[in-house]
Amino acid sequence: MSETPPLLYNRRIGGGQMWSKVIGRGKCLKITDLEGGANVGMMLYNANEKTERYNMPDTLKGQKIFYLRAPYCLHSDMGRLFASIVDDTVGWHDTVCGSTNATMVESKYGTNDYQDARNDWYRNGRDCFLIELGKWGMGERDLIPNINWFSKVSPDESGKLTYQSGNSPAGASVTLRFELDTLVVLNTCQHPLDSNPTYDPKPVQLDVLPAPSVSEEDPSRSIRPENGRAFQNTEEYNRLRF
Amino acid sequence: MSNFTESSLIESDAVYSKVVRAGDFWIHQINAGQTLRIVDLEGNQAADTLFYNADDPDDRYSACDTIAAQQALYLTSGTRLMSTRGTELLKIVADTCGRHDTLGGACSRESNTMRYAMDKEPMHACRDSFLRGVQSWSPHLDKRDVTCNINFFMNVPVSPDGQLDFADGVSAPGRYVEMQATSNVICLISNCPQLNNPCNAYNPTPVQVLIWDS
Repeated sequence: MSETPPLLYNRRIGGGQMWSKVIGRGKCLKITDLEGGANVGMMLYNANEKTERYNMPDTLKGQKIFYLRAPYCLHSDMGRLFASIVDDTVGWHDTVCGSTNATMVESKYGTNDYQDARNDWYRNGRDCFLIELGKWGMGERDLIPNINWFSKVSPDESGKLTYQSGNSPAGASVTLRFELDTLVVLNTCQHPLDSNPTYDPKPVQLDVLPAPSVSEEDPSRSIRPENGRAFQNTEEYNRLRF
Repeated sequence: MSNFTESSLIESDAVYSKVVRAGDFWIHQINAGQTLRIVDLEGNQAADTLFYNADDPDDRYSACDTIAAQQALYLTSGTRLMSTRGTELLKIVADTCGRHDTLGGACSRESNTMRYAMDKEPMHACRDSFLRGVQSWSPHLDKRDVTCNINFFMNVPVSPDGQLDFADGVSAPGRYVEMQATSNVICLISNCPQLNNPCNAYNPTPVQVLIWDS
């Protein structure tokens, strides 16, 4: 019964690196925090219609949550789902704080450019996103509120935010099951509110596997009636298109 | 309320004043130094608002950069409204409501099917207004430019354990928020037509926009 599914792809991504691929519906992406303390900034687009994007507000208000965890879903801005979080050993992932930019990295960590440091130079999330977007004919106008996998930022009653270090131990992982053919753009730069005063982005492992089919009782579908309707919209789109 | 800051500006000195009816959009340039006031005329209305750098609209309001820059979820007096390039577009200088949302985004006909019911799809929604707004301003703006907005006067409380919900408004008739432009900006407002949740007290009403020179 419990045959190990074949691994379709695996890759180690160093700290401060970037990556983008299309992952088809019916496949899973497992992200593993190899050393603990990783941050994976991620943006999602419909691979076939790149103006359809991950929508942070619809993801939050549609599921009445402030952060991401299994079995919640990643909603698009068209009433559909990019992916379901089917496995998660962490339990809290940020999606409201965005990414670092060059000014922020320089003011936090100082200057360390390519001329001096070669490939150990300091990278920032925004530039990494723009480089990968550029390879798909996209750019600044496509920057959207991203997910920060493995990072926790929690509010107090007044809305003041605090970064919680130590949220993700070595070996922690999160697995996404894709419901739409999705362009995944990610980088492993530090979280913008990371309290670590040194530049120290951590590596992750990416594994892609086939996903079992989604049943009517699937927890990502049944956790919220909103998700049930978003699954309906997604299935209708795939039925009409493919 | 601790965030309650009144303005010293006098309405008769405004160089521009307009009432925006519920369900309409309003798009207008505000130059650096000018002050924009949005008035919740009848109370509990949501004014969904986007800003663009008028000198280069590829640079635009960023909810995440605004949240990260203040390390705070709610917008009120003193909040710097940041762009995707990390520049300050405007700063909130007066606020008689106390807090405003930037997590809740805008309603759309598509998300209404997800949130409420499939048969809500025909109902008017903010994204349709935003799309007509950017199309009316420039042939170079489209859906890619409709990003994560501010909801002035809307109350989306988040609890310390991470629950989030739309709640009754904290606003009331005549309350306002005022912001001074740091850059030349284009302001796009969709005066929210949503009838399915308490963000408008189920009764969308007009807002007033006023502009003062520096």
